[in-house]
Amino acid sequence: MARVTFQEERCKGCQLCLPVCPKNIISMTAQINSMGYHPAGVKEQDKCTGCALCALVCPDMVIEVEREERSV
Amino acid sequence: MKKVFTRPKTLKDVAYHYCPGCTHGIAHRLIAEVIDELGIQNTTIGMTSVGCSVFTMEYFDMDMVQASHGRAPAVATGIKRVLPDRIIFTYQGDGDLAAIGTGEFVHAAARGENITVIFINNAVYGMTGGQMAPTTLMGQVTKTTPFGRSKEVNGFPVKVCEMLTPLEGAAYLARVSVHSPKSIIQAKKVIKKSFEVQMEGLGFSLVEVLSTCPTNWGLSPLESVKWLEDNMIPYYPLGEFKKPGVLA
Repeated sequence: MARVTFQEERCKGCQLCLPVCPKNIISMTAQINSMGYHPAGVKEQDKCTGCALCALVCPDMVIEVEREERSV
Repeated sequence: MKKVFTRPKTLKDVAYHYCPGCTHGIAHRLIAEVIDELGIQNTTIGMTSVGCSVFTMEYFDMDMVQASHGRAPAVATGIKRVLPDRIIFTYQGDGDLAAIGTGEFVHAAARGENITVIFINNAVYGMTGGQMAPTTLMGQVTKTTPFGRSKEVNGFPVKVCEMLTPLEGAAYLARVSVHSPKSIIQAKKVIKKSFEVQMEGLGFSLVEVLSTCPTNWGLSPLESVKWLEDNMIPYYPLGEFKKPGVLA
């Protein structure tokens, strides 16, 4: 169980997060933020594994990732 | 659920002024994460340079000094000598460090000043509008080399890490890149090591970070990371060029 949140107002639409997602669930949304960019977003949240690769390559720290802690 | 990725404590919650896809943001975050992990936010002082990174002090939640163009290692030397218990780092671009600041960083390394230099190499002058930098690659088209950089007119690009390797005062020299998740993880380890070298008083450390400049390269952010991988890494090989014996 994982959740990825995009701070849409901070996204500059650079698309660096798109190709690194192993599940290919990130896409650019149709809306336009106050800076005039189409922010990135996730449609199928339940497919997210919480790997945080998208957050790792995001230059603007738009993405926050939460993940269920693994039980040992 | 546990947060596995969030903004580091050392970075203020403000938006960067950088262009879309500029990897300055990644370099800032890596430094902030390292400062958080080492727990040195209250004892670290950063020097910012002139260039796109001139507003770096707006983003880090700690003491920062804005140095004149290229003079950050000289300012850092002064602060480190007066306050030797502080961790001092400079954050400089290639126009700042490798052009006007050549005298400062070479001599800081030769003297073995116990400071850390983070050198962002994006092969072009960013803030001033995309002119040729000392690190511009052969054949690369910029505003001032419209037919590509040529050896007859412009000479050869400067390899900063290789240039410093023979200096005895330079303790830790490494080149990293931020074009892929793997290289970003590697870059963070190297930046952390450079801070640790300083904390142990081993001498001058410099980390060169290969970075992109989509706006002045005339490419999209995704094309830029590909261009960096295909063109910059073959000329500027990644790796650790020099490390103190205790780390080897």
